[in-house]
Amino acid sequence: MTRRALIGLILAVAVMAGTAAAQDKPVLLWGADAKADAPYAFIDPRDQRTLVGFEKEIIDAVAQRMGRRAQLVQNDWATLVPGLNRHLYDVIINGLEITPNHEEAVDFSIPYYYTYEQLAVRIGDDRFSNLAELAGQKVGTLKASLGERILEKTGNIVVKVYDDEVNAYGDLANGRLEAVLMDYPIALYYGAPNPAVRLVGDPVGRIRYGIAMRKGDVELQKQINQALREIINSGQLRAILERWKLWTPMMADELNDFSPSNAVPVDYDKFMAETAPLTGWRKILMRYIGFLPLLAKGAVVTLEVSILGMMLAVAAGLFLAVVRQYGPRLASIAAVGYIEAVRGTPLLIQVLFIFYGLPNIGIKLQPFVAGVLALGLNYAAYEAENYRAGLNAIPSGQMEAAVALNMTQMQALRHVIVPQAFRLVMPVMTNDFISLLKDSSLISVITMSELTRTYEQLSTTYYDYFGTGLLVGAVYLLIGLPFVRLARWTEERLKVDSHTGHRRTAGTPSASRTPAMVK
Amino acid sequence: MENLETPQPAATDAKPILTAQDIVKCFDETAVLKGISLNIAEGDLVSIIGPSGCGKSTFLRCLNFLEIPDSGSVTIDGITISRTGADQQWDSATAVQARALRARVGMVFQSFNLFPHKTLLENVMLAPMVVKRQERISVEDRALELLKKVRLGDFARRYPSQLSGGQQQRAAIARALAMAPKVMLYDEPTSALDPELVDEVLQVMRDLDKDGMTQIVVTHEMRFAREASDYIVFMQDGEIVEIADDDEIFQNPKDPRTRQFLRRFMEGAKP
Repeated sequence: MTRRALIGLILAVAVMAGTAAAQDKPVLLWGADAKADAPYAFIDPRDQRTLVGFEKEIIDAVAQRMGRRAQLVQNDWATLVPGLNRHLYDVIINGLEITPNHEEAVDFSIPYYYTYEQLAVRIGDDRFSNLAELAGQKVGTLKASLGERILEKTGNIVVKVYDDEVNAYGDLANGRLEAVLMDYPIALYYGAPNPAVRLVGDPVGRIRYGIAMRKGDVELQKQINQALREIINSGQLRAILERWKLWTPMMADELNDFSPSNAVPVDYDKFMAETAPLTGWRKILMRYIGFLPLLAKGAVVTLEVSILGMMLAVAAGLFLAVVRQYGPRLASIAAVGYIEAVRGTPLLIQVLFIFYGLPNIGIKLQPFVAGVLALGLNYAAYEAENYRAGLNAIPSGQMEAAVALNMTQMQALRHVIVPQAFRLVMPVMTNDFISLLKDSSLISVITMSELTRTYEQLSTTYYDYFGTGLLVGAVYLLIGLPFVRLARWTEERLKVDSHTGHRRTAGTPSASRTPAMVK
Repeated sequence: MENLETPQPAATDAKPILTAQDIVKCFDETAVLKGISLNIAEGDLVSIIGPSGCGKSTFLRCLNFLEIPDSGSVTIDGITISRTGADQQWDSATAVQARALRARVGMVFQSFNLFPHKTLLENVMLAPMVVKRQERISVEDRALELLKKVRLGDFARRYPSQLSGGQQQRAAIARALAMAPKVMLYDEPTSALDPELVDEVLQVMRDLDKDGMTQIVVTHEMRFAREASDYIVFMQDGEIVEIADDDEIFQNPKDPRTRQFLRRFMEGAKP
């Protein structure tokens, strides 16, 4: 496959991803991080193709009232506001608090939810029921949340900040923390279900969630407020919240709606039933079997990214090796510089730089494209070194014979040298592909739903890092297996070749010509 | 300079197809060729002999610019390339000239240098298709014909590693002939061969001589040089010492250096 074709393919994938949906209603793009955070907006554990959550339902209802169709744009939580200002989406709805700080960066709708911070302690530990009693103790909360600000303000509390609520409650359960303070919905969905954790004390503080839009987007703000008022007045908002067990006394106060609630929290119950720790191997087995479609999907993404990445690595690596070996001096120096720079820096940094860094100079890439590029460009450097060893292993008489037959250097490379070098480097290349397959787990950091990401998502949803870990490991082994066999086979073949001299230049001893293993 | 007085063979009736004028080549200050001049007439078979390291292979490689001479000029079939010194740049115009010149020259190497990833037929077909962009069908017909000519018609689909050295070298000759050269250069074509395989290669060269091909052979095969050559060039220390009719040089070498080389050689030891 030529380089041009490869680039075309990558572009085609990018375009496809960008034009996935085209329906009649105008679209309202909303940004959120739909990773694993119930109950806001998250992937349904039972059906991995479906997005659920109370915020998802609210924005759907709002969009409907506006005569539009809501469509999610996945974005990391930490960079939601920059994404909004870069016009990746029209609004943010993702538990974004209305605070003076945030109001400097974005405009907010009227609040769609009022809530508070909820304290949680270990079951059987009756020492603490409010913040004052926690002086000198370790308390966990989420990074950059109201909980963190409240804990800092309280003073003499040792604040431990987490990226992930599951780990915070896990550390509370196993005694690394004495208490955890988090937004009530999170405490309800992640703290309360933990058999070692209980929620205690009165509401702490007051939080307002609002829909954020770009500064000065007045017309949109007006429309959204209008739609929000309609779903509040019609009781639609309350119905949504009740189904998710989020209708609290505070909400009743704020919306001045004190009618008794009879609604069953069906969505809450479903989520709890789905994610509850199971007993009995049959049930556990059934759950793991239920994971298989999702794992298969992740495996396909992993394979796609790896294969495209390797194709890019092979093409770019060959180009680099040839330029380094046969190109003009300056180009050769540039190739060496590239190879050394890429091999001397961590792949993770390169992945983050390509996805989050390049937009600073106007290059915005889809996660899939960024992943393929990062892996491909990184492995290109290693492949270039591999091919250099291969090119060096071809006896110089081959180039001479080609030149004597009046081929140009390019013709000689293309028809004589490179095809032979390729055979020599096949075993190393196949092994490199297996490494790349495993390194592709690093692109889970750029929101690609590949295998490792699937592992994180499943394990945080089901509080099960152990069983899912074994399962995902097995899937990696399984998809790598054919390539391990291929590597063996190419090694065997090369060994046979060098014993018999088959397909090698006769008259030149080949034992000393096996390519150096460069990695 | 000494080599200017080098005796040329008696002018034959044919016009010279190859002229080398005052070729000088140094490797790291060491002069390997000290100003070599030679005229070769169309259809001649010329053997170049001499002790190892005398520069005979380098001279041959200078003729098709696999080695770029520091100074001197080469004319083959009307194409001339002149070099004024080692510091003269090898520019793209000269490279184009060199390709025009190489189009008229075929070369055969000591270690055959067949392309091991291709069958004999593909070896022969590659250059005409890639360089001359000729059509596959006509190239294939011609390639099979050439393989038949070097008595490898039945081996067209074999890979080089499946063949003996003699067969490989004959295939290498066919490969060179596929580019329809005016002059064939052989760089010790039988040195890497087992003795019993030497003759089959030499026979192909004799056949070509009968067809009127101009051939220059750097060789240690004194018997072949004597029997088949129109005349023999004896080189030593980067110079042509003597050019003579085959019988003359073997029976009555003029130069004492030639005499000494041949005596040592005839005593049996390969130089």
